[in-house]
Amino acid sequence: MSVDLEPVINSLKNEFPQDILGVKEYRGETTLLVSKEQIFKFCAYLKDELDFTFLADLTAVDYLEVKSPRYEVVYHIHRFGPECEENARIRVKAKVSEDELKIDSVTPVWSGADWLEREVYDMFGIEFIGHPDLRRILMPEDYEPFPLRKDFDVRNREASKRSFEKALEEGAD
Amino acid sequence: MGVNSDPLLGGEGFLTTTIEAFANWGRKNSLWPMPFGTACCAIEMMGVFASRFDLSRFGAEVARFSPRQADLMIVSGTITYKMASVCRRIYDQMPEPKWVIAMGSCTCGGGPFDSYAVVQGIDEFLPVDVYVGGCPPRPEALIDAVMKIQKKIEMKGAPVV
Ligand code: SF4
Repeated sequence: MSVDLEPVINSLKNEFPQDILGVKEYRGETTLLVSKEQIFKFCAYLKDELDFTFLADLTAVDYLEVKSPRYEVVYHIHRFGPECEENARIRVKAKVSEDELKIDSVTPVWSGADWLEREVYDMFGIEFIGHPDLRRILMPEDYEPFPLRKDFDVRNREASKRSFEKALEEGAD
Repeated sequence: MGVNSDPLLGGEGFLTTTIEAFANWGRKNSLWPMPFGTACCAIEMMGVFASRFDLSRFGAEVARFSPRQADLMIVSGTITYKMASVCRRIYDQMPEPKWVIAMGSCTCGGGPFDSYAVVQGIDEFLPVDVYVGGCPPRPEALIDAVMKIQKKIEMKGAPVV
């Protein structure tokens, strides 16, 4: 992307001098590491002041045994320019530790985050504080494990079978 | 069945048969499929219903989206455990007699998805009559499966009352 993100980053650094823990540039992609306590304010600033109106994706990564804290929540945020070449994209990450599996929801900022946060909750068990309706979205509601965690055996179908049998029983009446 | 033509009847003739044979002859030539398509295989199934492969040549083109009006369930596509209870319920809602085709590797044995969410073969929860392998199977293979069902109805039939 040819857009210069320098002014954006400077403005963010001015506004959040303590909370930007790192800036990384890789193959024209900019990644900011932000402290998770400020993630809501940070995102609101990006949207309201810097015009990053579109949350393209929200996901998480489990760095079991690779990094500590174990989880990172990742936000891909987009700003539309007047021309196609002036579109800008920025990646924001926040670390979440295993002992405190919580982070503020950004659904009040971008309503599109609603289902994305539900998916991250479904797959990793990370709780989004302030989310309007935090339920599982892909797996059955009474499913217990969090299948995208690295310590989950992807071939373990026991929990799925239990949910299936329960659904059958409920459907029988 | 036996055919007689009697000059007393103006050469029109008549058939002798049993109720069972007659009913099963009707059943096999007018199967009404319940298409249960959940993934890529469903596209091939739609191809079979459409004009190029034209399942109506076998009397089975009236795809019913209500299980109450169907007697052949074609399960085509990956079935997850979350979907399996729905699939089973729809099967239970179909009136007897009924038959099931498992179309594609996914329904036969999980296909490429050896994962926590995917049923490793729908025969875990459904009685399957004909399995069609392939990922996806060619439309001809599904036509062959329908013909096998027809053969099964002809040979084994189903009680009339
Ligand atoms: S068998 Fe192959 S083509 Fe058919 S639903 Fe499964 S993955 Fe798709």
